[in-house]
Amino acid sequence: MRSEPRSVPSKPVLPAGVVAFVKRDCPTCELVAPVLAALGERVELTVYTQDDPSFPQGVTRVDDTDLAASWHHEIEAVPTLLRVESGREVERALGWHRGEWEALTGVEGLGEDLPELRPGCGSLSVDPAHAPGLAVRFSGSKLRARRVEVAALEDEQEAFFDRGWTDGLPIVPPTEARVLAMLEGTTRAPDEVVAVVPPDLAPCSVEKVAINAVMAGCKPEYLPVVLAAVEAACTDTFNMHGLLATTMSVGPVLIVNGPIRRRIGMNAGKNVFGQGNRANSTIGRALQLVIRNVGGGRPGEVDRATLGNPGKVGFCFAEDEEGSPFAPLSTEFGFAAGTDTVTLFPGEGPRTVVDQLARDPDLLVNTFAVALRTMLSPKMAMAFDVIVVVSPEHSRIFREAGWSRDDLRAKLHAATLMNGDDLVRGANGIAEGLPEGVRGKPLPKFRPDGIRIVHAGGGAGLFSAIIPGWANGAMGSAPICKEITR
Amino acid sequence: MSDVLLDPTSERAPAERARAARLAVLEGKTVGLLDIAKARGDIFLDQLEARLGERGARVRRYQKPTFTKPAPVDLRHEIAEECDAVVEALAD
Repeated sequence: MRSEPRSVPSKPVLPAGVVAFVKRDCPTCELVAPVLAALGERVELTVYTQDDPSFPQGVTRVDDTDLAASWHHEIEAVPTLLRVESGREVERALGWHRGEWEALTGVEGLGEDLPELRPGCGSLSVDPAHAPGLAVRFSGSKLRARRVEVAALEDEQEAFFDRGWTDGLPIVPPTEARVLAMLEGTTRAPDEVVAVVPPDLAPCSVEKVAINAVMAGCKPEYLPVVLAAVEAACTDTFNMHGLLATTMSVGPVLIVNGPIRRRIGMNAGKNVFGQGNRANSTIGRALQLVIRNVGGGRPGEVDRATLGNPGKVGFCFAEDEEGSPFAPLSTEFGFAAGTDTVTLFPGEGPRTVVDQLARDPDLLVNTFAVALRTMLSPKMAMAFDVIVVVSPEHSRIFREAGWSRDDLRAKLHAATLMNGDDLVRGANGIAEGLPEGVRGKPLPKFRPDGIRIVHAGGGAGLFSAIIPGWANGAMGSAPICKEITR
Repeated sequence: MSDVLLDPTSERAPAERARAARLAVLEGKTVGLLDIAKARGDIFLDQLEARLGERGARVRRYQKPTFTKPAPVDLRHEIAEECDAVVEALAD
């Protein structure tokens, strides 16, 4: 079942002169009722009344109990006094303030028996009980998405599961009110096209991203991160189509840098890859829902993964910049430290690297190197990138040695240099391998920019992690970093 | 009262669930007849069974434990595994 968007009442034009918004259920409005009556004798006055159409007495009233005028003219408190010329508001006063009312109306001696100042009450149009419904009623038409009517006896979750619109977990039902609230998280227009989403190459609007972000459980303030991630994913550089279609286990891994991490409450510390943080858990999921729902990228169809990994529900975390001895990851992509960015890496699940005894940075690099050399297969070289996630207790060792990110990377490249004799097919009792031509030649495990270093994790534990990547470069996918703008 | 939700997809497919494909022929197909367990539904289904038999269809009969509840999952699975089509009969 579906229904078309409802027709929407247009913005009421205000009459010229002085316009007041009041409600009876406001002591300040009751207080100024005689002032309004007196004012009506002197100037062109129209009073919009939000709750009781008979209030206040002795003035020209307009019934605004449907709150159309209040909502459209963004009335936040009552009483509000406006001066209107040619249908346009030119001045506004909130609450009762004799000086302001006299200046706005040009009438002296108003309410001389009243106190000088009395704050008003909240407008009914911003009351949480009414505001979401009013937003749907008056601005719902800006939503272009097809409406799906779910019958009263039908379960919303089941309706979405039935249509194949979830990732296997329940979703937050994307009501018009929730999607409108989500769109408040960005300054971008709902109908702006964000990206063309593979595999169906479907144009995706800000609104469609917002719908999927609601479903994923995002808050509106996460939306700019999701929008940047969608844009980044749907580039030739990142090659989301290939990432989806591959039989390998990878999915997009999102790493957030900049002040937005703290503003939206992301986790860069304890259990950084784990559960429990809403922003971490939902931002990556929103991207994957966009790929699924807008792009049509579903497991078993274009997604041909043999095994996949649990992070394909969504894998997003923040870098611990504050505790890091290194510059933020985003600076490697040319952004100034302090810029809000999201970096996408084509990665699989994280694998822990334990070394609880090394206190010398070179010894710690040796442990990292053994893990890195066996990544995916000990016979592979140059073809796949990696993220090394250094935790605080390990990074302290590099900090104390005065190592920069480039120093650490250079040491890791040196320590992962392979001998071609070990890489050829059959060597070391492993059938897998490279052609005979590499015999006798040194081969790096990673291409020059194939090792990315990120700082994250809890303060206790001499563990780090590696996140193996996927076919790199123009044939496959490369990490991409995108600025997050509101 | 129904809820209005927004379609999260590219809207290239209908929002309504598609109907299962209809059988082109009955000859050699297995058709399930599901009695929802309301009185006299069996009389209607007996007629259907005879008509379907004339057209070469095999017929299997099923019955819900009670008409007041949806068919149990096991019964639905049984029908899905054994039949090419199903007719659910309501008589009252």
